[in-house]
Amino acid sequence: MLTIERAIVDQIVAHARADHPDEACGVVAGAAGSDRPTRFIPMANAERSPTFYRFDSMEQFKVWREMDDRDEEPVVIYHSHTATEAYPSRTDISYASEPNAHYVLVSTRDDDETEFRSYRIVAGKVDEEQVRVVEAYEPDSVD
Amino acid sequence: MAIEVRIPTILRNYTDGAKAVEGGGATLDELIADLETRHPGLRDRLVDEKGLRRFVNVYLNDEDVRFLGGLGTKVSDGDTVTVLPAVAGG
Repeated sequence: MLTIERAIVDQIVAHARADHPDEACGVVAGAAGSDRPTRFIPMANAERSPTFYRFDSMEQFKVWREMDDRDEEPVVIYHSHTATEAYPSRTDISYASEPNAHYVLVSTRDDDETEFRSYRIVAGKVDEEQVRVVEAYEPDSVD
Repeated sequence: MAIEVRIPTILRNYTDGAKAVEGGGATLDELIADLETRHPGLRDRLVDEKGLRRFVNVYLNDEDVRFLGGLGTKVSDGDTVTVLPAVAGG
């Protein structure tokens, strides 16, 4: 299950709407091992395409290094589909390379309604998971 | 001194879980061949018959090696090589 704050969902949807009809993409980083997405990072789609996305390699390097320095990981990797449903495409499945990430798919094909769904994609296998939207995360529990 | 190679999560099954390994060589190609001797299988995930795999990004220090010399990029002791899987899809 993906638990995510409403404000971050709104930012992802706004990014997808802004880049429509091209696909939008990005990351939500969070503390390593926390499974809690906290830092919204919209990325450029180097392909600028309505049917394909790819992070710009230098931007990815910079963002991945920043996450490393802050002891974060990509908790969510999101992108939009602009003419089809929010379900991973064959290319999404074959290039999925972060086994610990929640892959969020947003569909902007409908003007009024935005589909927002989440998946685990590991070794070519797709598992849809429940998305729980919260107003704010619970305070950190003390270990 | 050696060349540090930072390994992404998805390839750490080739490095016993290590986030970074060390190797040597005069070019990226030689470095990858050297890593292969201790981490068998890794080379095939980085390189195909045409060169670096299209959906693998390799950086020498702060530069994408695609903009340097690909597999022929010169490397030397003290350099850091970072491997990141491209984030892409349709």
